[in-house]
Amino acid sequence: MNKLETALRDISEMDRLAVKSSPVHGLSPLAKLLVTVAYIAVTVSFSKYQLSRLFIMIIYPLLMFSASGIKISTCLYKLRIVLPLVAFVGLFNPIFDRSPMLRIGGVAVSSGVISMITLMLKGVFCLMASFLLIATTPMDSICAALRKLHVPSMLVTLLLLTYRYIGVLTQEAAVMSDAYALRAPGQKGIHFSAWGSFTGQLLLRSMDRAEELYTSMQIRGYRGEFPYAKSSPFCGRDALFAAVCIGIFVLLRFVDVASLVGGLFVR
Amino acid sequence: MHMADALLAPAVAGTMYAFSAAAAGHSIYKLRKDDDPKKLPTMAVSAALVFAGQMINYTIPGTGSSGHMCGGMLLSALLGPQAGFLSMIVVLLIQCLFFADGGLLALGANIWNMAFYGCFVGYYLIWRPLMRGRLFGEGKGAQRGRIILASVLGCIITLQLGAFSVVLETSLSGITELPFGGFVALMQPIHLAIGLVEGLITAAVLCFVYESRPELLRDINISAAGKARHSLKTTIAILAVLALVVGGGLSLLASSNPDGLEWALFGNAEEGYSENMGLDEDDYGISSSAAEKAESIQESTSFLPDYSFADSDSPVGTTVSGIVGAAVVAAVAGVICAAFGFFRKRKA
Repeated sequence: MNKLETALRDISEMDRLAVKSSPVHGLSPLAKLLVTVAYIAVTVSFSKYQLSRLFIMIIYPLLMFSASGIKISTCLYKLRIVLPLVAFVGLFNPIFDRSPMLRIGGVAVSSGVISMITLMLKGVFCLMASFLLIATTPMDSICAALRKLHVPSMLVTLLLLTYRYIGVLTQEAAVMSDAYALRAPGQKGIHFSAWGSFTGQLLLRSMDRAEELYTSMQIRGYRGEFPYAKSSPFCGRDALFAAVCIGIFVLLRFVDVASLVGGLFVR
Repeated sequence: MHMADALLAPAVAGTMYAFSAAAAGHSIYKLRKDDDPKKLPTMAVSAALVFAGQMINYTIPGTGSSGHMCGGMLLSALLGPQAGFLSMIVVLLIQCLFFADGGLLALGANIWNMAFYGCFVGYYLIWRPLMRGRLFGEGKGAQRGRIILASVLGCIITLQLGAFSVVLETSLSGITELPFGGFVALMQPIHLAIGLVEGLITAAVLCFVYESRPELLRDINISAAGKARHSLKTTIAILAVLALVVGGGLSLLASSNPDGLEWALFGNAEEGYSENMGLDEDDYGISSSAAEKAESIQESTSFLPDYSFADSDSPVGTTVSGIVGAAVVAAVAGVICAAFGFFRKRKA
């Protein structure tokens, strides 16, 4: 399976997850968007040595995954994209920061190791939160939420149209890649002699397609903005969800719950 | 180059969001003023094309590895900087949401690093001046040469700026212990190579568009499209001469002062920065015993010590060294490519 087909599969998988029904799916997209942004902001705001306090933040994605009925494993394979740069940056911490920070048994753990683990966990937690948002909210609902936040209509319409056409063009590029690969067995990618014409042909066809798209939009009465058919209202339940979640995040940020709980068991 | 949320502090992420939002606001204002209703579907389809196009693997001759297309330069050449910038924002947002490629909080930084430099810097400082100028003369071949030069230069420069911004933002966020100079020294050369390959692929695509539908490209003199004065071979020869001139000319300006990495390791006492990483120059620096041994080996092997003819301080020596250096690097790269190709064939 080539990269394009993997991307298509990823998009359709997310679309399939987003239309499931669960308490999390039923929440207003605006509430979920605000809570996700708050979660990520609080998570990354922990200092590089606050490992135990950061670890408590796992509660939100764990609870939301179980409430939404989505398996955590569906998001973990996406780590292959996030982790390389994070790991590249983090791996230098144990080399440059060697002062011992704590002792586990007879083994001293350096502050560099702690900061590296903190960095990795931040990457994983933020990925889980973003994944939850998109896996429980369809794209048009996210666009409607963005409009409620007064994101300019041009940008939101562009997002919606692009999202629609990504499937079409990726499919077309995947078919072209397959056809090329079948005619060029044993060759890894597009040969240097076809660099221009391969994507160029697709580009020219896409430009013609854009003309047709505009005509069809006009025929259907497009006048500069899309009407959002199903825009779920922001009701009391959503406000309560957002307030409770953001309140807990702020509490976890400023109160060291991990030490308080630990203090009950260890003197 | 997509940054994850974990690599940024909220303050840095917020600042980058503000910068990107200002650029997006300017773009939306400008596009609304132009009031071209057809533009939106074209932008959407082009953004989708860039998204799909970036997943196509292009084989790099002789190496066995593959490269990708550069979205920012392609979009700004097709749609202009403002529309290209908005299309790139959407591509980055979808990559972030659906593919976990870059974080939601880091989106502002990613937009700045990839879309802003690619579209605004790439278009206003490279694409437009080159397309409106008369470099290489008149005619189709010259125009093609300008497209190739603009794409390659544009991709290299915008990627260098982007990579430098990644380092700057990560260092300002205080999440890495890697010294700033060392991080820069790791990131910039990697992105130089990537920029060159991406530039060539983007140039190939844009040349194809130029041949088939020149009216789709911005700032192109369509009347010149019919006349062909220079062949592609002539254009490449001119580019090669230009590369030699640039290599030779710029090496005259090369500084003998300590570079960023040296500065980061040892500090610069004259400027008042004595202890950047606390390393003692006597143990690790250019006067240590290990360095002296290495220097003696280097002196006996190099035929152009310190980029000049031996026993000569003239600028002519520096210029010749620049040209010879470029040729030697090109030859070594060629040998490495050939070796890769040879071993791959043997493996197959």
